[in-house]
Amino acid sequence: MALDGPVLEVRDVAQSFSTEGFGTRLIYEHVSFSVTAGEVFVILGGSGCGKSTLMKQIIGLLPPTAGSVRVLGHDMYPGDDRGDVLTRIGVMFQSGALFGSMTLLENVMLPLQMHTDLPEEARVALARAKLGLVGLADSTELLPAEISGGMAKRAAIARALALDPPLLFLDEPSAGLDPVTSAGLDQLILDLRDILRATFVVVTHELASILAIADRCLMLDRGAHGVIALGDPRALRDGSDDPRVRAFFRREAA
Amino acid sequence: MSATLSVSTEDGATVLRFTGRMDAAGIAGIWTQTMRAAAEPHEGALVADLAGVALCDTAGATLLLGAEARHGGPIGLRGQEAGLDTLLDRLRRAPPPPQPTPAPGWTFTSLARLGLRAAGGGIAYLGEVAVALAMAPSRRRMLRLSDLLRTADEAGVRAVPLILMLGFLIGLILAFQSAVPLQRFGAEIFVANLVSVSLLRELGPLLTAVILAGRTGSAFAAEIGTMKVNEEIAAIRTLGLDPMTMLVLPRLLAALLVMPALTLLMDASGIAGMSVVMQALGYSPDAIAIQIRQTVALGDLFGGLFKAMMFGAAVAAIGCRCGLAAGNGPRAVGQAATGAVVGGIVAMVLLDGVFAVLFYLLGW
Repeated sequence: MALDGPVLEVRDVAQSFSTEGFGTRLIYEHVSFSVTAGEVFVILGGSGCGKSTLMKQIIGLLPPTAGSVRVLGHDMYPGDDRGDVLTRIGVMFQSGALFGSMTLLENVMLPLQMHTDLPEEARVALARAKLGLVGLADSTELLPAEISGGMAKRAAIARALALDPPLLFLDEPSAGLDPVTSAGLDQLILDLRDILRATFVVVTHELASILAIADRCLMLDRGAHGVIALGDPRALRDGSDDPRVRAFFRREAA
Repeated sequence: MSATLSVSTEDGATVLRFTGRMDAAGIAGIWTQTMRAAAEPHEGALVADLAGVALCDTAGATLLLGAEARHGGPIGLRGQEAGLDTLLDRLRRAPPPPQPTPAPGWTFTSLARLGLRAAGGGIAYLGEVAVALAMAPSRRRMLRLSDLLRTADEAGVRAVPLILMLGFLIGLILAFQSAVPLQRFGAEIFVANLVSVSLLRELGPLLTAVILAGRTGSAFAAEIGTMKVNEEIAAIRTLGLDPMTMLVLPRLLAALLVMPALTLLMDASGIAGMSVVMQALGYSPDAIAIQIRQTVALGDLFGGLFKAMMFGAAVAAIGCRCGLAAGNGPRAVGQAATGAVVGGIVAMVLLDGVFAVLFYLLGW
């Protein structure tokens, strides 16, 4: 769906958690960015800087302590029409979060069954096609417990793709995958962006993946409690003045 | 905007003309129509005209591939957007789904092998428990006292209110139900004998063990099953430690320790419940006490407590075994917990039968 303006807008978002006992622990504050249609936007940063927390806020699972999130032109908080937005975004969780009692095919078929009137034959064909796209055409009848971690991630991507959403969120899609599968996944993201003009927001800290797919990236830092860099990752790697950004891209110990 | 389909013939070729949005929601209404149109015998080529299509994503592409499969040969495309050919290529590249292999039928041999394997697994487990018990003195470090005390607290102390309440109510109900028929013969006084003997010898240990199986056996299975799913058991082994000593023995010993205490409380509260009914029928506490003393010997009490210990050991051992034998995934944990409760209750009833025969032979 063509949308005027950005598909995702994050304005001045902050997140803190109350610690046991007294006080609050600030994760980040003053985080602002927007993503335009057809872009591959990467959220990166070291462990514990709040990448996954930020993604949870964007997809409507965690109200921010301050600030606002607009997805596909709708406010996620208070989010009166969040249900409508959720059928137009796809989310892949870090662990895959596949439903353990369903086969991979049934996992991918579930959103089709719930949100479309497609006949059974069409749902099966479509779910098989999505699993084929991520290289799991021969594993459709397996249960999540019977497949490897990498396969579970790919199956989760297939489920996120089920309704061909214009905006996809992937949390650490290539972590724990072998380099060949990981490169294949990067290519899939680029292909889907080109073919379907889908927008991707990817949380990752895999350098190779970031440089291969990202049009722009946002870097969070645990010590700075917020954004320390925003822009083209190649430009940041080659020309950032911030030593933390340089260290990240050059894989130097902090 | 849903997609629409119209079929026409142009220069001998059948043209499927699509319009609108060919996404998952859009193609729902035209899927069956498209498949039917593609499956009909065509003299010339089959062409899909996509000039009027606003969007064609993987759902639309899957529809075109489905039509191609029904047609039995390639279909021509015209008016499509540039990306669609690439998408169709990508989808075509996926290998066909595997043919499901028929499950082997049950034969007497396969059933017998399965039964033997299950029995063998059970015997091997008992052997491992025995070895762990025998080796416990030399593996004192692995046998963590804190684990034993925590389990005893969860299985024992926290079950006390439930045991007291159920024991009291069961004593009350038993006494009331037996008082009604005995009253016809003027023998209500024997309600005390009946209830105290049945509680001390049978019902006390059995009911306590049922509660232990429901509360604790299932918890053991779920906890150890989750550890298995999270590969914690594998981690214990690779650290050079023994899961039997670290996980099973503390639970087994805790169950052995708490069962006699819980059973004693169950017996006492049951007799208290019975006393309430007896007093309501007009008997003094002294009369009730005399009746009980005349009927019940210490052997009845200790026999019951011994049985309770054995039931507790069986429930704990089966709970841990179900956890250790759990498969992968959250479903496996649920199955392990169910298996622990069912297995525990069946085992305790079987054991009770064995004890009944044994006590009879021993003249208790």
